[in-house]
Amino acid sequence: MMTQRKFSVASLLLGLAIVLVVLFSLGPIIWQFLTSIKTNDAIAAIPNVYFPNPNQLTLNHYTELFARRPFFNYMLNSFLVSILSTILCLGLGSPAAYALARLRIPGERILLALILLITLFPYILLFLGLLEIVKALGLGNNFLALIVPYTAINLPLTILVMRSFFQQLPRDLEDSARIEGYGTLKMLVEILLPLTLPALVTTGILTFIFAWNEFIFALTFITVENMKTIPVAAAQLGGSSVFEIPYGTIAAATVLGTLPLVLLVLFFQKKIVQGLTSGAVKG
Amino acid sequence: MKQDTLRAREQRTGWLLVIPALLLLLLVYAYPILRAFGLSLFSQNLGTQLQPEFAGLANYSRMIADGRFWQSIGNTAIFTFSALILELVLGMGIALVLNQTFRGKGLVRTIAILPWALPTAIMALAWTWIFNDQYGILNDILLRLGWIETGINWLGNPTLAMVATIVADVWKTTSFVSILLLAGLQSIPQDLYEAHAIEGATPWQSFRQITLPLIMPQITIAALFRFAQSFGIFDLIQVMTEGGPAGATEMVSLYIYATVRRYLDFGYGAALVVVTFLILIVVVALAAYLIAKLRRSTGVET
Repeated sequence: MMTQRKFSVASLLLGLAIVLVVLFSLGPIIWQFLTSIKTNDAIAAIPNVYFPNPNQLTLNHYTELFARRPFFNYMLNSFLVSILSTILCLGLGSPAAYALARLRIPGERILLALILLITLFPYILLFLGLLEIVKALGLGNNFLALIVPYTAINLPLTILVMRSFFQQLPRDLEDSARIEGYGTLKMLVEILLPLTLPALVTTGILTFIFAWNEFIFALTFITVENMKTIPVAAAQLGGSSVFEIPYGTIAAATVLGTLPLVLLVLFFQKKIVQGLTSGAVKG
Repeated sequence: MKQDTLRAREQRTGWLLVIPALLLLLLVYAYPILRAFGLSLFSQNLGTQLQPEFAGLANYSRMIADGRFWQSIGNTAIFTFSALILELVLGMGIALVLNQTFRGKGLVRTIAILPWALPTAIMALAWTWIFNDQYGILNDILLRLGWIETGINWLGNPTLAMVATIVADVWKTTSFVSILLLAGLQSIPQDLYEAHAIEGATPWQSFRQITLPLIMPQITIAALFRFAQSFGIFDLIQVMTEGGPAGATEMVSLYIYATVRRYLDFGYGAALVVVTFLILIVVVALAAYLIAKLRRSTGVET
């Protein structure tokens, strides 16, 4: 073992680096939060007001969001679309992942390589073809136009993460289930599913985050104000008037729109890291 | 005989489990890409009253002479490579810091992955506000430090707007890189460093001779992911600059979007999708080749 206590210079440098990492990561978020609780006068003050005094504090920007905009709807829409696509994705992806981990199917190596490849496709490559499908089926301004693509874009990650999870499960379990006379489907549902819950949560958090954050499909396929999701609605807040951009309201929208994700990260940091690394590295 | 039927049953169940997911992937990935290849051979725009008319390779020859297309490819290349290099260097630094032992490590890690988890479109608003020419905090800090005399119009200047979008992208995605690299760092056995140190190696030598080679797989994968995502970047730019000023930050994705949505030029838009797709595939194939070569060479050494 090396000596545990390093030179004080080294620990000082480490401390400095940690402070920099924290400042770098949190700075923009904190600045949005401070802007969102400042009065318009304080927002437009030069030089900037960093920490507003009590008379410069206001919650107006937040109340404005709900009074002038269907902000509650935006949040609800994002929740609905993200949750439904996450459930669908886990439902379709886990069986496929199991088959790719355990059952020998011809061509599975090619299939896996293709799945890995399409995780790299940016959504801009898909939107033109999807736009045609959406138009042909009359799905414009229908949440299905988001739920189905979101399910699909999260499937590769789901399959890769769940597959690496299934591979780590001991085989004996399935063997003894087979001896007991369980079919593959029955065994999947009754024996593997309960064991899989932690992995499903991990994967589900990731797919929820991706669905919540998606922009280009939501921008293209949903144009009715009441049906918009948070990222699109927030991005279009400034568009209403060219001359007076509502900085405070935009800041409030960014705080509310990111809050669910901040909470997810706070509670599930370990799972997120675990899922991301097993999806990207082991695949 | 029995073995064969068991095997056949296993295959049947396997396909049964894979097919629903596969069908959805075909619908959302394969169809749009194949459709773009087909549509790119047609003119379908306002000139043809949005009816498809066979045009051969006309869309592609138009692209060769299309200055706006080449500018968007150039912008995308500058954006992608600058962001990629900064993200790898910075991500490496952050991963090295997070790999140390210190009090509150869990909390710092949580904070460090936060930018990755937040919606890009929304954080683009935050960065637009930071770069605001009148009330932006960046100008305020620079003014207080006395480094500038008057506020800089970051998003109004072609070069600075590019710099601003790169900075925002680096902020947003460095955490992804550092998560992957940290996983790589944690898989390196500590005694390798100790043995190396006993032989008299400096930390820098250890970093170059142990750390870098051993986490090369993670570096390559992070670089590949980041390359593909930056190359198709849309939301960040759309929200921060809409491709401006004067097209200085128009990425190829924004050009595709405008071609389809604003100019209703579906045939040409499809051709742009095809070319973007092909560029991506070529780079990925090159990277895959490099990874394979790398694996072979490290396999021989040990």
